[in-house]
Amino acid sequence: MSWPHRHELETTTLLSRSQGDESARTLAGWVGTGGYERLRQAASMEPEAVTEIVKDSGLRGRGGAGFPTGLKWSFMPKDDGKPHYLCCNADESEPGAFKDREILRWTPHLLVEGCLIAAKAIRAEHVYIYVRGEFFPYTKILNAAVTEAYEGGYIGNDIMGTGWSCELTVHTGAGAYIAGEETGLMNSLMGNRAEPWMKPPFPAQAGAFGMPTTVNNVETIATVPGILEHGADWYRQWGTEKSPGTKLWCCSGHLAKPGNYELELGISLKDIIFDVCGGTPDGKKVKAVIPGGSSTAFLTGDELDCATCYEGMAEAGSSLGTASPIVMDEDTDIVVAMRRIAQFYAHESCGQCVQCREGTEWVVKILQRIEAGDGKLSDLDTLYELCEQMTGRTICVLADSVVFPLRSSMDKFRGEYEAKMRPSAVAVGG
Amino acid sequence: MSDLDGGGLDTVTLTIDGVEVTVPKGTRVIEAAERTGVVVPRYCYHPGIPTRPAQCRMCLVEIEGQPKLQPSCVLEAQDGMSILTASETAEKARQSVIEFLLVNHPLDCPICDAAGQCMLQDYAYVTTQLKSRVDEPKTVMGRDRIADDILYFADRCIICTRCVRFMRDVAEDDSLVVAQRGHKAYIDTFPGRDLDNPFQGNIVDVCPVGALVHEDFVFKARAWDMDATAGICPGCSTGCNVTIDTKENQIVRLKPRHNAEVNSYWMCDHGRKHLVMSNRGIRAEVPMIRDGDSLRATDWPTAIAWIAARIRQAGSNGGLGIASPNSSNENLFYFSRLLSRLGIDRWEYSVPQGSTASLPTVPRLELRADRAANGKGGELFGGTRVDAEAVPSPARAGETIVVLEDGLAEAPDGFGSEAGFFLYVGSRLPDAAREADAVLPIATFAEMDGTFTNFEGRVQRFHRALQAPGIARPAWMVLARVLAALDDLEPVSDVGAALDAMASATAAFAGMSWQGLGLKGALVGGDAAAVGAAPAEIDG
Repeated sequence: MSWPHRHELETTTLLSRSQGDESARTLAGWVGTGGYERLRQAASMEPEAVTEIVKDSGLRGRGGAGFPTGLKWSFMPKDDGKPHYLCCNADESEPGAFKDREILRWTPHLLVEGCLIAAKAIRAEHVYIYVRGEFFPYTKILNAAVTEAYEGGYIGNDIMGTGWSCELTVHTGAGAYIAGEETGLMNSLMGNRAEPWMKPPFPAQAGAFGMPTTVNNVETIATVPGILEHGADWYRQWGTEKSPGTKLWCCSGHLAKPGNYELELGISLKDIIFDVCGGTPDGKKVKAVIPGGSSTAFLTGDELDCATCYEGMAEAGSSLGTASPIVMDEDTDIVVAMRRIAQFYAHESCGQCVQCREGTEWVVKILQRIEAGDGKLSDLDTLYELCEQMTGRTICVLADSVVFPLRSSMDKFRGEYEAKMRPSAVAVGG
Repeated sequence: MSDLDGGGLDTVTLTIDGVEVTVPKGTRVIEAAERTGVVVPRYCYHPGIPTRPAQCRMCLVEIEGQPKLQPSCVLEAQDGMSILTASETAEKARQSVIEFLLVNHPLDCPICDAAGQCMLQDYAYVTTQLKSRVDEPKTVMGRDRIADDILYFADRCIICTRCVRFMRDVAEDDSLVVAQRGHKAYIDTFPGRDLDNPFQGNIVDVCPVGALVHEDFVFKARAWDMDATAGICPGCSTGCNVTIDTKENQIVRLKPRHNAEVNSYWMCDHGRKHLVMSNRGIRAEVPMIRDGDSLRATDWPTAIAWIAARIRQAGSNGGLGIASPNSSNENLFYFSRLLSRLGIDRWEYSVPQGSTASLPTVPRLELRADRAANGKGGELFGGTRVDAEAVPSPARAGETIVVLEDGLAEAPDGFGSEAGFFLYVGSRLPDAAREADAVLPIATFAEMDGTFTNFEGRVQRFHRALQAPGIARPAWMVLARVLAALDDLEPVSDVGAALDAMASATAAFAGMSWQGLGLKGALVGGDAAAVGAAPAEIDG
């Protein structure tokens, strides 16, 4: 059962089983459904064994980049004598994404359990759950669950009598998108500005407080208990070879039934939009979809027959991202939509790298001028040039995040841009 | 810096723009490139600031065979690496950085104090961006007073954060921060905190553009109207290497000059302000000799001959010398020689005292309690150090007094009235000196070449930044003339010769020469010849 709708294509409820069930938020309710048994199992296992199962399952990071989780865990040094940390990234703020929020809201104990299992795998002695600053109600729910879990002996000293100890702290951010970038998150956690740092050093070498650290997304971590309980092969029954398992989809925009759905990876995007979500509310044509959150490339209404897995979306010229399609019907003004997206990134740029600090705002100003009817054709050349200079030039990928939708919107909807140009500009060709 | 040659260390060999270079393991490409003579453009990188955020993206270089450009300030040199600092992609990226930086830059170079010494202006010129593609209105942020004496022009700021990182990582003072974020970011003091650090002036020096300016310098001089001279800060006994910027024979500002052995890239605010004050006051400009109740102006030959005659006449009745600890080594040398010629076996100097301040990460650099450049020289030339507030006793009848540069601020009334002969050698004419039999006008340290010896015995050269007023001359030259007139010797008119004479007569300075000292100096009693042979470093 996902939230608030459900659909027959949701073949499993690995992540979403208890969404909508308020009793699962309490420790008693969670333990009653078999909760924390996977933690007991992990607590007695060797860290490598836990990592191995997750590696075999093929689970890929759900924060957007899709990096194999087990492989990431295996980067953590062994016998280095240093404290290790796990940071659970709950700074979900990609426009379009609202999956981690639902996990925090309905199944906080699933997250706590997953965190501790992951902590076991990477030999972490302390787990930090970094929650987005605006998530007040969900932080409250999570804090209540953590308190209960501490009291119940599921976190802290001698977890479940196994002799293994691990602490867990919930840390709230101050509401910055860039704190969701892993190095920005760790800087923020340490009390610094949430500014990404240049890698190396990689988190597994010197992360939070200078110690080996792994940063995992909420959904990734919430998937782990199920994998541990049922095994890697069980998990691989869903999805594709390269993208196994299921994924929470955050469907928004012009849809009849927007919401959260847990779907097998690899099914057609068209099915998700038209079957699962019931198409547009009034049957209008779909003009465009941003499939993976606002930082992914636009697909047109004719490009929706693509497989919703990491490799399938890449093949379609976009990316899976956070699996958060924003659907735009035929009445949508692409230039306005793009301007609004660019404004978000200009507002959220940390301001370290000049390409991002000045580039994002410059893009906004150009788009605003085009929107106001004062554009000229050469503006598009400038925008393409900016796209080139804002890609792969900066510490993190925030600048690239504007480029994906911007370049694709100009490639695929150039007519919409041209229609807004100053009439004379079009007539004289520039 | 012989350790850079890698003797016995792990080294790597790489190619930079086709030139092979071997550097110690761990060297960053930006520094390896400097060893081949290539200065990769940079903003946020500063050799004296340990943190390297790699955020200005100016020093991006191409690693041959890799598509993604890498910031050379953090990129570690690896064996076999081939770096292209000026490939088409790298140049284009750099050009775009400049374009981005200029999007909201006010282009107020005509009234900007950094114009002519601005890294943004320089690189914009190099990348030949004479016309902007930007059609949008510029964001205007205005200016702010960021400290008592420092203004911040937010619109010119390129957010390289050198200033924030100097304060935080070198001065260990976290009162300066980046406020806001993205295109709204600016530099400010932390809410509720003031920037009040004895080393804060360095943030103006590290600013690669005109965003941070000392208020006492703002709108005062254009870069191209100033002359820059290598000097030594006389503010305390540390002997920070400085550049003295002058305009129309006035000192307009001091900037630190790199010397790894003394002050690294920095200096304190006390020193910075101290010397600018020396522009003030009325100077002694011509020699004066006693004529009844008054002093009469005269020319040098007359004055020297008159003094020689008076000394011969007075004979050796003993007496006292008083010298300023801000006098150069050469001045003190000839001063002490004259005293022994006169049979005076005691001379005194007093060093003004002040509070101390240190820069936490650069332990050598300290604003020291001894607020004079050459107290150590006083000691080496046999002076007797007396308390800073000590009142000199009035001259006994018939004895000889020779004063060099000391202001005689504590001298009692009638200090020199009983003296048999009272010679005052100074750049000004304090009240107590009006009783002198002769006053010889001399150049201040800024008006001459010479050397100081700092607290640890490092002898360092300084150079003439200003023209001395009237016919004032360096004290060493004047005193050598007096000595020459007394004993029919050759006068000395070249500072190198003065230093040579000093080095051959004074064991502590043995082996030193003007050329050998170079710009980095040498320790007294050390192997001066070896120091002289060290290659000169390029200043950052």
